[in-house]
Amino acid sequence: MSRIDDIFRQLRREQKAALMPFVTGGYPSLETTREVLPALERAGASIVEIGFPFSDPIADGPVIAASMYESLQRGTTPSGLFECVASLRESLSLGLIAMVSESIVWRIGTDEFVQRAAEAGFDGLIVPDMDPDDANDLYAAVEKADLALSLLIAPTSSEARIRKLVARCRGFVYLLARVGITGESDHTPEIAGQVERLRAMTDLPIAVGFGVSRPEHVRAVTQHADAAIVGSALVRRMGEADDPAGAAETFVRELVTGLATPSHSAS
Amino acid sequence: MTTLPMSQVPDERGRFGRFGGRYVPETLFGALEQLEAEYERAINDPAFTHELHALLQTYVGRATPLTHCPQLTAATGGAQIWLKREDLAHTGAHKINNTIGQALLAQRMGKQRIIAETGAGQHGVATATACARFGLSCEVYMGAEDARRQSLNVFRMKLLGAQVNVVETGSRTLKDATNEAMRDWMGSVETTHYILGSVVGPHPFPRIVRDFQSVIGRETREQCLAQIGRLPEAIVACVGGGSNAAGIFYPFVDDVGVELIGVEAGGRSTTAGEHAAPLAHGQPGVLHGSLSYVLQDEFGQTADVHSCSAGLDYPGVGPEHAYWHDAGRVSYTAVSDDAALAAFRCLAETEGLIPALETAHAVAEAIERAARMSPEQHLVVNLSGRGDKDVQEAMRLLGETPKP
Repeated sequence: MSRIDDIFRQLRREQKAALMPFVTGGYPSLETTREVLPALERAGASIVEIGFPFSDPIADGPVIAASMYESLQRGTTPSGLFECVASLRESLSLGLIAMVSESIVWRIGTDEFVQRAAEAGFDGLIVPDMDPDDANDLYAAVEKADLALSLLIAPTSSEARIRKLVARCRGFVYLLARVGITGESDHTPEIAGQVERLRAMTDLPIAVGFGVSRPEHVRAVTQHADAAIVGSALVRRMGEADDPAGAAETFVRELVTGLATPSHSAS
Repeated sequence: MTTLPMSQVPDERGRFGRFGGRYVPETLFGALEQLEAEYERAINDPAFTHELHALLQTYVGRATPLTHCPQLTAATGGAQIWLKREDLAHTGAHKINNTIGQALLAQRMGKQRIIAETGAGQHGVATATACARFGLSCEVYMGAEDARRQSLNVFRMKLLGAQVNVVETGSRTLKDATNEAMRDWMGSVETTHYILGSVVGPHPFPRIVRDFQSVIGRETREQCLAQIGRLPEAIVACVGGGSNAAGIFYPFVDDVGVELIGVEAGGRSTTAGEHAAPLAHGQPGVLHGSLSYVLQDEFGQTADVHSCSAGLDYPGVGPEHAYWHDAGRVSYTAVSDDAALAAFRCLAETEGLIPALETAHAVAEAIERAARMSPEQHLVVNLSGRGDKDVQEAMRLLGETPKP
């Protein structure tokens, strides 16, 4: 996790925010994942979320759900993604986060999954469907491996609930910009109030995702939060392009122009 | 050491032993908490319990009878076979017990829009029925493969005013319909109630559905005492997600003298992908919001499943069944497509009752088991649904199956 801490510390010093693109692991192929990580670093991303394809992703809209289905059809496995990341780790300074369903973590075994992720060079995990009441083992495992861990925080979460969730996060927290599933949006996210509420409860950097799909959305988000997460808009472009890694690099260069100075930096 | 009776579950975190829980994106947490709180208030509100009871009596047609089967018993030559006649409940299956209850809860929560998933279409029809009765808008998600197998139920839902959303993703069956219903709920949670149809999903659904379905077991208990003079030796029910089985088993779990047998779909063979029997062939894992037995590959990806009956064609099972399985309180077995079809025909010929293909799995197991018991003993089968919906599919399947 020291890498995630270092990245956010450095950005805060420079009064900057982070762009956190999401890519589906093994989509459209594992080779693409190998090419796209260096491309995203060149484009100015600070941290990349690699989605572990899952057969039943209930938080995901059609774009990411279809990309996961296709990746699984091509035979992507967690082992394949671990090997891919391990082969690139030394050449990258990016933070790498595994976005992975508890179904996968549980089946492989919490300790084993966390250990293998750490050995591969991942800096943290997001487990979007974790039951925080059952997160003690997971938290202990990431603590031992010194990885970041983020559960989701929703606009509808109560203060008591947020306190419980934040207590199970290390490195950063993941705030949903809206109610609903992943997907592109025409609306600019309005998150000032949510971020302010969350700041009062945690000093951890705040990353915001779901419906963040354009440079102006990135700007709206990073005026308040520490990082903007862009998933479906990127995955869709990668799926449509002849050169997915090139298309990703071009799009992320555009998104990076939207990065603003987070409210936190002023304090 | 003192242990609590088996019926004292789930705990406040929604756990049946280690199973259950709430593995869902945080967006749904508020709605689950609201549902749990409203349910607690409702079951402690005499007006609610009175209204539910009245509806079950005058609209659903409860109590459903307990029918003795003299011919089938004679043909089997063993224990006295009895049927708990959920096929006589309105809409032809037990599913309505739950949808009426949950529709009342939705009204109390001020939610005017209802969504549901359906496999065989029985839960979809039961949901559409409750929504028509209470003036709620209704959308039902159904896998394309199931919509083909159960086209009659698709039309019934439409007649009842529901919108049927055919799901073309994944395996195009019940699990994919459940995914789509959950995705819908992720975005509509403030105005929409999701009527989950089985004892699966995140807490509090496994408990609420079990409780609403337990009317089956409570009636069975009273009827056994009145008609037999004592409790039966054994109760058999089919298990997909497991709502009819949970409903009839639950009021008996503390009666250690009553053997409880759950019957999963054995499909074509015990090879992975050829059956839908997670308790027989699966292992603990997380699916659709709870920890229970599931059919997954070694990386946690949901496996393909098969059953001739759309209602059992599901890779998971309710967490309370996982709990009963591990505790040894309920024994679970699997019955093949062929054996279920043979029982489907046998019950029609001996007793003039055409069971649902789901239910036929329980009938097949009951016939085998009764044969090994003595005529002084009694065995109850939960006849969870009628088979009219399956007649076309059975014709197709029996055409390919050697005559039993």
